[in-house]
Amino acid sequence: MEFFHKVTRFPFMNTRKVWYGLSAILIIGSLSLVAARGLNLGIDFTGGVVVETNFPQAPNIETLRGALAKAGMTGAQVQSFGSSRDIRVRLPPDVNVKGEQIGSRILDIFTAVDPGVKLQSSTIVGPQVGQELFVKGAWALFATLVLILIYVLMRFTPKLALGAIFAVLHDPICVLGFFAVSQMTFDLTAISAILAVIGYSLNDTVIVFDRIRERARTARKLTIAQVIDESINQTLSRTLMTKLVTLLVVLALLIFGGETLHSFSAALVIGIVAGTYSSIYISAALALDLGLRTDDLLERKHTKPEEVDGLP
Amino acid sequence: MISYPRWKIVLVAIVLLAAILLALPNLFGEENALQLARDRAAVQEADRSSVAQLLKDKGVAVDGAFLDQGRLTLRFADKQDQLKARDLIALTQASRVPEWMRNIGLNPLKLGLDLRGGVYLVYQVDVQGAVKQQLDHREQDFRASLRNARVPYQDVTVDYALNRVRVLFRDADSFDKGKAAILADSRSLKFTDTTVNGAPALELVLTPQEIKERQDYAVQQNIVILRNRLNSPELAVSEPQVARQGVDQIAIQLPGLQNSAEVKKILGKTATLEFRMVDESNNPIEAAATGHIPLGSKLYYSRDKQPVLLKRDVVVTGDQLTDASFQPNTQDGPAVSVGLDSRGAAKMFKNTSENLGHLMAVVFIDRSREKNAQGVEVDRVTEEVINRATIRGVFSNNFQITGVNPIEGRELALLLRAGGLAAPLTPVEERAIGPSLGQDNIDKGVNAMVFGMLAAFIFMGIYYKVFGLIADVVLVANVVLLTALLSLVGAALTLPGIAAVVLTVGMAVDANILIYERIREELRNGVSPRAAIAAGFERAFSAIADSNVTAFIAGLVLWLFGTGAVRGFAVVLVLGIATSMFTSLMGSRALVQLVYGGKRKVDHLAI
Repeated sequence: MEFFHKVTRFPFMNTRKVWYGLSAILIIGSLSLVAARGLNLGIDFTGGVVVETNFPQAPNIETLRGALAKAGMTGAQVQSFGSSRDIRVRLPPDVNVKGEQIGSRILDIFTAVDPGVKLQSSTIVGPQVGQELFVKGAWALFATLVLILIYVLMRFTPKLALGAIFAVLHDPICVLGFFAVSQMTFDLTAISAILAVIGYSLNDTVIVFDRIRERARTARKLTIAQVIDESINQTLSRTLMTKLVTLLVVLALLIFGGETLHSFSAALVIGIVAGTYSSIYISAALALDLGLRTDDLLERKHTKPEEVDGLP
Repeated sequence: MISYPRWKIVLVAIVLLAAILLALPNLFGEENALQLARDRAAVQEADRSSVAQLLKDKGVAVDGAFLDQGRLTLRFADKQDQLKARDLIALTQASRVPEWMRNIGLNPLKLGLDLRGGVYLVYQVDVQGAVKQQLDHREQDFRASLRNARVPYQDVTVDYALNRVRVLFRDADSFDKGKAAILADSRSLKFTDTTVNGAPALELVLTPQEIKERQDYAVQQNIVILRNRLNSPELAVSEPQVARQGVDQIAIQLPGLQNSAEVKKILGKTATLEFRMVDESNNPIEAAATGHIPLGSKLYYSRDKQPVLLKRDVVVTGDQLTDASFQPNTQDGPAVSVGLDSRGAAKMFKNTSENLGHLMAVVFIDRSREKNAQGVEVDRVTEEVINRATIRGVFSNNFQITGVNPIEGRELALLLRAGGLAAPLTPVEERAIGPSLGQDNIDKGVNAMVFGMLAAFIFMGIYYKVFGLIADVVLVANVVLLTALLSLVGAALTLPGIAAVVLTVGMAVDANILIYERIREELRNGVSPRAAIAAGFERAFSAIADSNVTAFIAGLVLWLFGTGAVRGFAVVLVLGIATSMFTSLMGSRALVQLVYGGKRKVDHLAI
């Protein structure tokens, strides 16, 4: 079986204004959504208390809320997750209850409603830790981008490297936009997913760039735009196939992985889709508009011929 | 023949065999077990037989008893037997891995707390508090030096904000003598001479370097002490892990623990003891009433709220204790018998021989951190005189303290033995996962992995035919290799870690696809099958290496920045990228060689 028996001839470079437009809409849309609706930050970042319980029968959430309010826990969010028998209680960090007993206190209150209730998990995060984790996450994001930029700069010309980095920035922004729209909980695992996406989405960009460099050296008669077009088309099948299989696997994670991995797998799915889009439509196009010329790619051949094919 | 060096095929085979062996222990489950440890010594072979005999006499069926790293693990076929035997000991789970495997150092993967259930705690170390303690100790030392040299002085003051200790003198003469006395005892310290309100004074200011050292020490020391406390038989926690996290935090993992209340109570405690002489020349009731405390003394209260005046100079502090054990039945009631280190013993000997017939008091000090009415956290220090007794004989390194109640006595013995915290701790994060949720997470993770891999398998088989099947074999090899590597480095598998395994499978497929697409491309360009295979592997190499480096970088950053579950993800991601590169470049090349290499002529590739 083969989906791409003939090499496609899509005019990616001539139509790049359209894709820029689409990307601009995605980025501006995502950022304004994040600004307007905000992210539904998880307990990792806000601090507070989350207690998860399991009931033998689906309880009435209003009853539970009332029971908690009666006990003085007014700021409590009560909702079901996974199934209607699984109830999650979330309390803001400044609640005037000593964290240490909160799990058992909530369990006591719920036991009065239904004696069969079981404590699944309880998480207490101090407000300061939440802030720390958030700052750490932001630093990790920044450090990853910088390190990857350095690596791409070492491997390719500066113009290609910048194209790659801009294209890669596009992906986490789309993921953030998705989290703003869906109001899915944004927690630490979502950040790790974003980092993984950044690293992974560069894969395709690198493969396209590899081919551009190779073609620029062999097809000397073509303009650089033609070289880029050809390279993207030639690598299109592997770009799409690799992402398709990974997407299949990640979808399994989304479907079967359960509640804990939900935001993580969702971030991966969105990130992989956005990453595939940006490495096909955006990264090389940006390099072209940054003034990439065939000469840029040839110069390196004389200075560092060993980098054509063989990396140790 | 397609040329591919035979040694590379052999290498792949050896690596895979090793991996299979390393991954094998994971096929065995866990069973009911009990673990026995001695308080401080290793469990001996003789203990093993006597315990086994004891359980046999009591009619408890033991499946096996073996010694490992100074601990005795008993295995039970029946949960009931396990429960019967658990009186002395902590409940744990022991793996069912055969002994010969264990003997050559093979162990199954460790499961993270989110998979096996347990409690994860993070404590913030009050490093400022540690510096305060340091200043307090200096103050004590200076007072002692001046007193021993019989030099008169006005006062010794501590300014915590400026990290400064000042010794105020009356005149230049006592200043010179006092400085000499202090310098003789505290040689390494750097003092400055100054004048306060016209009187000469000696000043010690901690340098930023000293403050940092002190803070580091406090965190390290607290880790040691928390470890000691968790390993106490009184607490019965199995396999506790204590590690530094960041600059001033300590993360604790308590696998399998259900109710953390008791453990947390002990962990956060800073209870310790001080021995001071009683000020017998002044009237404590009068001092309490007027608020006028005689110089050199300090006002305390006893358990029954009676005021007591004690000398400011401490004879021995809790950190000079080397041993403590609880004696429930002595002739004076429950007691804690303690041992002192050589410094403490010398001081105690000197003090008791000089003060025969005088009263000495034991002060119980407990620091706790509470929220006051405004919701601000404040340190609350409880200092109580638990016992006053006349010194009837000279003693040094071993003696008993009475006046404790049984519960307190047991706790005090534990705390004294484990050592005092070098700085107060505040809990900042706590994650408790019930065992059923843990099992649930395992099931979900395994499901996701199975279905994800199945989808990738079927797709590859259909899309790339024989080569797809080769890729499938390689994928399985990749998972085995990854499991082996994880077992080898002893990294704990978490739910995000399982997700990373799944993601790595997806990425391992990538490398195969890159190679196969290249081979197809070469075939389309009219290259012979053999040359296409060679070119496919060779040319795809740089692309695969390049593209994996970026994912590798992201994984490494996560490894460095992440904690807990996130780190679990990063570890697997980084190792998985490494194994997937090995399996798809070397492993799949070797397999292709085995399938197509033997034939003299290859006309067609099933790709």
